[in-house]
Amino acid sequence: MSSTSTPGDEQRNASLRAGFRAALPYAAVGFLLSMSFGILARDSGFPAEAAIVMSAIVFAGSAQFAAVSIIASGGTAGAAVAAAALMNSRFLPMGIALGPSLPGRAAWRAAQGQAVVDASWAMANRGDGTFDRWFLFGSTAPQYVMWIAGTTLGALGGDLFSDPSRYGLDAIYPTFFLALVISEVKDRTTLVIAIVGGLLALSLVEVAPAGLPVLAASLVALWGLRRGRTA
Amino acid sequence: MTATVWWTIAGCTVVTAVIKGVGPVALGGRDIPPRLIGVIALMAPALLAALVVTSTFAVGDRWHVGAHTVGVAVGGLVLLRRGPLIVAVVLAVAVTAGLRAIT
Repeated sequence: MSSTSTPGDEQRNASLRAGFRAALPYAAVGFLLSMSFGILARDSGFPAEAAIVMSAIVFAGSAQFAAVSIIASGGTAGAAVAAAALMNSRFLPMGIALGPSLPGRAAWRAAQGQAVVDASWAMANRGDGTFDRWFLFGSTAPQYVMWIAGTTLGALGGDLFSDPSRYGLDAIYPTFFLALVISEVKDRTTLVIAIVGGLLALSLVEVAPAGLPVLAASLVALWGLRRGRTA
Repeated sequence: MTATVWWTIAGCTVVTAVIKGVGPVALGGRDIPPRLIGVIALMAPALLAALVVTSTFAVGDRWHVGAHTVGVAVGGLVLLRRGPLIVAVVLAVAVTAGLRAIT
């Protein structure tokens, strides 16, 4: 197809490549994170193949950790799925923000929305209310592959390192997201929003079900209504 | 147990696909209202900071500060000094594991 490429194709390919490159550090850390998920899932009684299938078709780290933790503590499948839904609830406002940047009919936009993961969504955000969807797809691709690879290693090799917290693997997840926060904090407003959002979520941890404190933090972004940048 | 595991996976698959799919169609193909652009720009720092804070200063539904809190802080210093993410993560893990080994 290269002989018939148009400037639009070139723009698309450049975005795909830029997204791919930008996501490599996150994909590498995602590998370690999903390895700790694979170990945790095995420790919680998941067969290795179940852990790998879950990473391949759910592909949502915080929801997977939440669901497996609930099964490990003796909870029901319903409770585990409800916790996963709450952990994923942040993808609802993220998807609403992304929607106008996706072309096509509703079903096609919903399908493209499946490519959203936190790092890709944050990096594809142009900061003017629009998103570069090819950058999003390009950055999700390596994260998806490494997510499955890490889970496979953790689930199959997990007997070598049972009890992931002993090896400090529980420090991976917050450090991964801290890197994303630091790249998002560009001025005083975003710094204040990050601090207030974090404090709001922390204040709700002991009183609201897991996932809800994080969703509630998105309300802090409503401050953007008052910034008078509506031109 | 195995049935519970597979039902959990099936349920998580459905809810994740639905949640990720509903957002992009919620506005019915209309453009974002201009007043909401500022809100969207601020959503990432708010949501991501909440994920960091709830996983650094809490375990499950309890506030908790421990070895991993120190590890994440060390990783954060690396990131603030513009060090590579992978170095920050490896140091965070090493500090956390080290503290747990000696306490």
